[in-house]
Amino acid sequence: MRFMYIVTPAHTVPPTPELMNAVHKLAEREIKAGRMLDSGALTPRTSGAQVRITNGELSVIDGPFVEAKEVIGGYAIFELKDKQEAVAKAVEFMQVHRDHMPGWEGTCEVRAFAGP
Amino acid sequence: MTSADLHRTIVSVWRIEQPRLITSLSRMLRDVPLAEDLTQETLLAALEHWPATGVPEKPGAWLMATAKRRALDHLRRGKMLARKHDMVASDMEQEQQAMPDLDSALDDDIGDELLRLIFTACHPLLSREARAALALRMICGLTTEEIARAFLLPAATISQRIVRAKRTLSESGLAYETPSGEQLSERLASVLEVVYLIFNEGYTAARGEHWLRPQLCHEALRMGRVLTSIAPHEPEAHGLLALMEFNASRIAARTDPAGEPVLLLEQNRALWDQLQIRRGMLALARAGELNGADGFYALQAAIIACHAQASTADETDWPRISGLYARLAAIIRSPVIELNRAVAVGMAEGPEAALAIVDNLAQEPALKNYHLLGSVRGDLLHRLGRFEEARVAFEAAADLAGNKREQELLRRRAVEAGTAATAS
Repeated sequence: MRFMYIVTPAHTVPPTPELMNAVHKLAEREIKAGRMLDSGALTPRTSGAQVRITNGELSVIDGPFVEAKEVIGGYAIFELKDKQEAVAKAVEFMQVHRDHMPGWEGTCEVRAFAGP
Repeated sequence: MTSADLHRTIVSVWRIEQPRLITSLSRMLRDVPLAEDLTQETLLAALEHWPATGVPEKPGAWLMATAKRRALDHLRRGKMLARKHDMVASDMEQEQQAMPDLDSALDDDIGDELLRLIFTACHPLLSREARAALALRMICGLTTEEIARAFLLPAATISQRIVRAKRTLSESGLAYETPSGEQLSERLASVLEVVYLIFNEGYTAARGEHWLRPQLCHEALRMGRVLTSIAPHEPEAHGLLALMEFNASRIAARTDPAGEPVLLLEQNRALWDQLQIRRGMLALARAGELNGADGFYALQAAIIACHAQASTADETDWPRISGLYARLAAIIRSPVIELNRAVAVGMAEGPEAALAIVDNLAQEPALKNYHLLGSVRGDLLHRLGRFEEARVAFEAAADLAGNKREQELLRRRAVEAGTAATAS
């Protein structure tokens, strides 16, 4: 099964070099293990845009909402056996954050791709 | 969490650690089959303890410590050479002082050991079936039950297959060795063959009764990716990976909502997985950079790449495909490949040139009962306006087709050809 991970930090403090280093190592291991198919960092949500339809009205809410230059958050696509394995991966990933950047807070959302 | 959920969670955590456990143990014990046994025992230990204690915060460290303790016990019991024992014991002490955590796990490069593991599991001494079962067990960490379900066989059969294969390895003194140099390329062929066998086992199952059928494709892909990362200079490893990525990219488009197969040229290309196609392209390019463009797998991948790159069936580069088939035919003589080449030539140059190839295949014993020979021949004859001959070819093909839907299609085409024959 294919899973999308979306990581959203709860604050705009950039990740420490220690954290970046550990995350890169983890990513390298996952690529070598053939589990990680794709990944990328995302700029803050505040500098993005949202296009919505509400009550039949289409609206574009464009950023930047606040100045924030750091690259924070990101996504990754994994091929895994099942949801349990996907959650175990996310737990491991978040544990790396806890170990390497005490005080870091945020969310790693796990979503399975629809289809076979 | 229900106990079934907990069970699955434990198995998932173990599966993540399994490659590192088995490679560490095989390095320690210099015996791959034994390392595999103890890695399984470690899973049992976790299943026994964690329901009471909860999953430890650093499960990998717990599993590794347990696995190594078991290995040490084994060495003690077996009264192994004192020197080896001392060496391992002192390693153990060091590690108990500094419990392996996630960080050291991440620093631990298991590439060479993993390669050894793959070569051992796929030893040419073992039957293809045994190699496939052993690879799924040792490299992918699938349980015997999972492998059995995937191959639609009783668990006892798979279990026996694995036990016998491991015994064969131990008894032949092949429990711990890595080929190098020329032998490596030769042995790699055996590895790639097994990976492709596993992939096809999942891929050809038109409708997986169980999720593990498609899972076989994913496991094979994963092994392919592992191989390209630990043996990055082997072009055919990249070629096979490209072939599997391309084929897998079409999984969603290969069957209609009723589960019936959809032919490649009739598939909805919007359903093709672009991420996988991109990955396939990268792997194929890598094979080419390594001078492997004419490899068995790379050529097949290049053929599918032509389809993947065409946004509609009409845009397919048939001259290129027919050229690739000619190169493939030059390295491997196979009537089936030759028949495929005829189809490509028929699209690229017209039915006459293709019919010449097909007629040369008429006497091939391997194609005697192959309905696609008659089907292709009928199509070419029809396009040449030789309707009565086309009708006969389609009828004969329909008699040979095993699949009801294909049979109906061929009968319909025979009727069409018959009508055209009367009209002309």
